[in-house]
Amino acid sequence: MPAGEELARRLAAEVPDPELPFLTLGDLGILRRVEVNLEGAVRVVLTPTYSGCPAVHHMADEVRRTLMAAGFPAVQVDTELSPAWSTDRLGPHAREKLEAMGIAPPPPMGKAPVALTLKCPHCGSLRTGELSHFGATACKSLWRCQECGEPFEHFKALR
Amino acid sequence: MTAGVAGLSVVDLREVALGFGDDCLVLSHRLAEWTTHAPELEEEMALANLALDLLGQARSLLTLAGEADGRDEDQLAYWRDDRDFRNLLLVEQPNGDFAVTMTRQLLFSTFQELLYRWMVTGTEPRLAAIAAKGVMEARYHVEHARLWVQRLGGGTEESHRRMCRALDLLWPYTEELFEPTESWSRAADQGAVPPLSSIEEPWRHSIESLLVDSGLEIPGFPAWQSGGRLGRHSEHLGHLLAEMQHLHRSHPNASW
Repeated sequence: MPAGEELARRLAAEVPDPELPFLTLGDLGILRRVEVNLEGAVRVVLTPTYSGCPAVHHMADEVRRTLMAAGFPAVQVDTELSPAWSTDRLGPHAREKLEAMGIAPPPPMGKAPVALTLKCPHCGSLRTGELSHFGATACKSLWRCQECGEPFEHFKALR
Repeated sequence: MTAGVAGLSVVDLREVALGFGDDCLVLSHRLAEWTTHAPELEEEMALANLALDLLGQARSLLTLAGEADGRDEDQLAYWRDDRDFRNLLLVEQPNGDFAVTMTRQLLFSTFQELLYRWMVTGTEPRLAAIAAKGVMEARYHVEHARLWVQRLGGGTEESHRRMCRALDLLWPYTEELFEPTESWSRAADQGAVPPLSSIEEPWRHSIESLLVDSGLEIPGFPAWQSGGRLGRHSEHLGHLLAEMQHLHRSHPNASW
């Protein structure tokens, strides 16, 4: 492995998501590969969560900026569709982080793709209902808790 | 003629990707026209989300279509006139009222989900990759449209009347969904896309069972409109393109 590849991978994985800044590209499973050639040039491959995710360009810019600032002479960021991203690619801590931020995480792998009921991330009640399939970003839907009355977002299962 | 992957010629791949990419682009633009006009805030976000998904799919498909002759997605989206667009007539039909918009979405998204689902295991790897991503999104679009059709069909007398009207208005355009172009037929022979006849029955079944559940029915007259895939469009497309392309043509290569 060329020198710096481990560093480049770690730095790229730590870049925050612009829409969910408490999650990193590593947490989200958006970072697919990091390669460093003998001249030290880096190639990073990202995969979009949704076909039209407008944050991908911002992420690519951030990865480029971060790696250049760390001294890598050249950084190329490509996106790759296949294999398609799904919420099963979320890292081990992503679900906990989402919940801590008041966003109900998608059900774990193997469970029904669309949750029938969700636990309210504010009060823990299961008396919740979906207001809209589509939320403020492509990856979220909008819910409300009938117990505490608070609305909350749900990171939709995609698979 | 150069043979592409899986024996599919580059010309046929371009035609298939262009037709399907134009469907996504044109419908995305139609949905975006609802922005700030939707009946409620949640629907405002939903329609914009649908538009965004379709725009993303359009970008991938048009990028693939443009590879054959070195044109990028922007050149294809902004520098072709209506005769060179290959989208279905269905998707260029005006938004009308909310019942028309949701009926159009149901008819198209059901078709699109079936196509994508098939193409995921097709022989053209780039189409399969776009389909694998798109099918997850189309599933949500279908579900959304079905919920609305059910609510409107079984809602008030007025919403029911409007749903019947929307179906009468759009049904004639459904014939074209299952009419393969020559390129499509050759691509289907190569296993890259499904024979359209194979998805017609599941499409019809899915639509019909929903309509019955919603107190509605498939119109009793045959569908007969077609020509979009060959570049023969209704006059609506020209107006849509004028708006969509105006900024880019006034300021070529502008970026922000």
